[in-house]
Amino acid sequence: MAMTMPRLHRIDRLGALVSAVGAAAVVFLPFVVLKSNRIVPGDPRGLLEVLPMWAALACHATLILVAIVALGVSNARGRLAAALLGVVVVALAVAAAGNALTPAGNKVVRVAPGAGFWVLLVALGLMATDAITRLRPGPGMRVLLLVLFVAVAGLALAHGTFDNLSVMREYAVNAGRFAREARQHVLLALGSLAAAVIVALPLGILCHRVPRLRAGILGTLNLIQTIPAIALFGILMAPLGALAAAVPLAAKLGIRGIGAAPAVLALFLYSLLPVVANTVAGLKRVSPAAVEAARGMGMTARQILTGVELVLALPVILTGIRIVLVQNIGLVTIAALIGGGGLGVFVFQGIGQTAIDLVLLGAIPTVALAFSAAVLLDALVEIMDRTRQ
Amino acid sequence: MITVENLSKQYGATTVVDGVCMVIERNSITVIVGTSGSGKSTLLRMINRLVEPTGGRVLIDGNDTASEPAYLLRRRIGYAIQGHGLFPHRTVAENIATVPGLLGWDEARIRARVDQLLEVFQLDPGEFAEKFPHQLSGGQQQRVGVARALAAEPAVLLMDEPFGALDPIIRTKAQDDLLDIQRRFGTTIVLVTHDMDEAFRLGDHVAVMSQGRVLQYDRPAVLLTRPADPFVSRMTGSADRALRLLSLTTAGEAALPGASDGPAVAASASLRDVLSDLVWQGAESAAVVDADGTARGSLTIAAILAHGRPT
Repeated sequence: MAMTMPRLHRIDRLGALVSAVGAAAVVFLPFVVLKSNRIVPGDPRGLLEVLPMWAALACHATLILVAIVALGVSNARGRLAAALLGVVVVALAVAAAGNALTPAGNKVVRVAPGAGFWVLLVALGLMATDAITRLRPGPGMRVLLLVLFVAVAGLALAHGTFDNLSVMREYAVNAGRFAREARQHVLLALGSLAAAVIVALPLGILCHRVPRLRAGILGTLNLIQTIPAIALFGILMAPLGALAAAVPLAAKLGIRGIGAAPAVLALFLYSLLPVVANTVAGLKRVSPAAVEAARGMGMTARQILTGVELVLALPVILTGIRIVLVQNIGLVTIAALIGGGGLGVFVFQGIGQTAIDLVLLGAIPTVALAFSAAVLLDALVEIMDRTRQ
Repeated sequence: MITVENLSKQYGATTVVDGVCMVIERNSITVIVGTSGSGKSTLLRMINRLVEPTGGRVLIDGNDTASEPAYLLRRRIGYAIQGHGLFPHRTVAENIATVPGLLGWDEARIRARVDQLLEVFQLDPGEFAEKFPHQLSGGQQQRVGVARALAAEPAVLLMDEPFGALDPIIRTKAQDDLLDIQRRFGTTIVLVTHDMDEAFRLGDHVAVMSQGRVLQYDRPAVLLTRPADPFVSRMTGSADRALRLLSLTTAGEAALPGASDGPAVAASASLRDVLSDLVWQGAESAAVVDADGTARGSLTIAAILAHGRPT
């Protein structure tokens, strides 16, 4: 009798965790929160209360299906497809909830995604990233996945699918400023990175060539790294303010105690350590025999540096640049505190007004930018490492 | 011809190479042998100025090597090192093309030279040209390293323990290949090793170094039969010096007129190998034949043994 029973597949551990968390979110946490205006606390609402019966049931049925796949299917493609299906359904459900709860023409009522929505999204995201890890996609495929994801999200946003949700309400009010601050955000992050690379590469090469300087330079940069960002802004304010007062040209160029100048300078200083340290580490791993052979064959010092050493160190240097870029995209948020602009403007304004939707308008794009930068540079590092080692 | 005149190198108070004088003949293989720390690598690296001498000078065909920028000098001198030093990010063909590229050869000439060298080193160009060094075996990497050193047709090739990282079987093969290549291109080769067997196998002349000085510089047979110094006789090994001496003469050189009904041996085999063969087979004499099978004469055990005694 026991022998004829079908053997149970082994239950996937991550699947069990994700399913349990997701189920708890659906049962115990509000899917959306309805607020009569943007700053008052809202009323929690479940899916069944908001959507038509058939839609709520379809949504729950899909989530149960995803949970079954998470528990019992080991095929990574299947798991990825199920997780993405879950993300789409949950996103459509929250959009539909927004539409259902907003009276036509009412611009004051806010429908915000609730804790249940966010937890479900995290659980599904975990399942999707786990499936992608199991698939071991090449760097090109990972970039393609990112592009697809961004394209789908972008199309949905442009189409107005989420227009009745609170974050998009904040966006509608701030659309002009959002574009400007987003551009400023990217400029601050990339500008300080570019300046840091220009300075850090020669500094790294110097540290590699003159071991006596290495401890001093890396130690100093390490010390800078330990200064909290806000403190560093404060420290830079006085000398930059004095500089602007003393040198009119500096003031004309936009160098002042507050604004973008101290922000860029602080980000630049934070960026130095990872790039210098990785340049040193990358040069250190270049085979001494290859450098010796290059000298012995009559390559000049410059040819050896650019044609052998830096090329071989490039994947490690790029890893440092990746660290800096992701770190900068996050840190730029704080630049808003001293008038540097960037998406942090919305975060701090939102905190000031206790308008959490406005905070999210600044925070979500920042996270998306940092995530995209990480995926792109990781792919680049892998491509370099593959062709050059 | 390379003339080394009173060449010295000091690091602070330490003298690494101490007043070395040598004349290295064209189209020959000269081996510098010594223990580690004897200064042999430093001496070699002063020839292409990877190390700048503190005293003395080096002339190549009468021209002082100090009279031009070091990197230009090095492009005319082949250089191969232990562990090959291939560029991991460049293909086999790109590695070999390094010096021709630096010298500005046109592409067609470089490609022809790369293909020629790959064939000389028994690496099929179609299969190996586009491979990366990490896709090759140790022996193949080493061959590409030597091919790269020879790419710009240098008159002089310097080799610093080139076979040190190879296992014994591949090492013997690499040594045979080097002898073939030296005959084929007529390159003047200076090779550094700590392995006395390698020195005797490859060297037309051998220099024994200790503590920065060249103790004796002569043909291998002279080093064995008339060592100039107790250190030289220790280095050359007194226990098996008779057998080493036999290994320096080939059967073809020692063959006497007449026929033998004993086993046939190749004219290129060393007397040491022929003797071993005869002992193993229980024969008294061997018939010496050329590679194409024509008889070159015969060798008796007694005749072989006579070659193992100092004259």
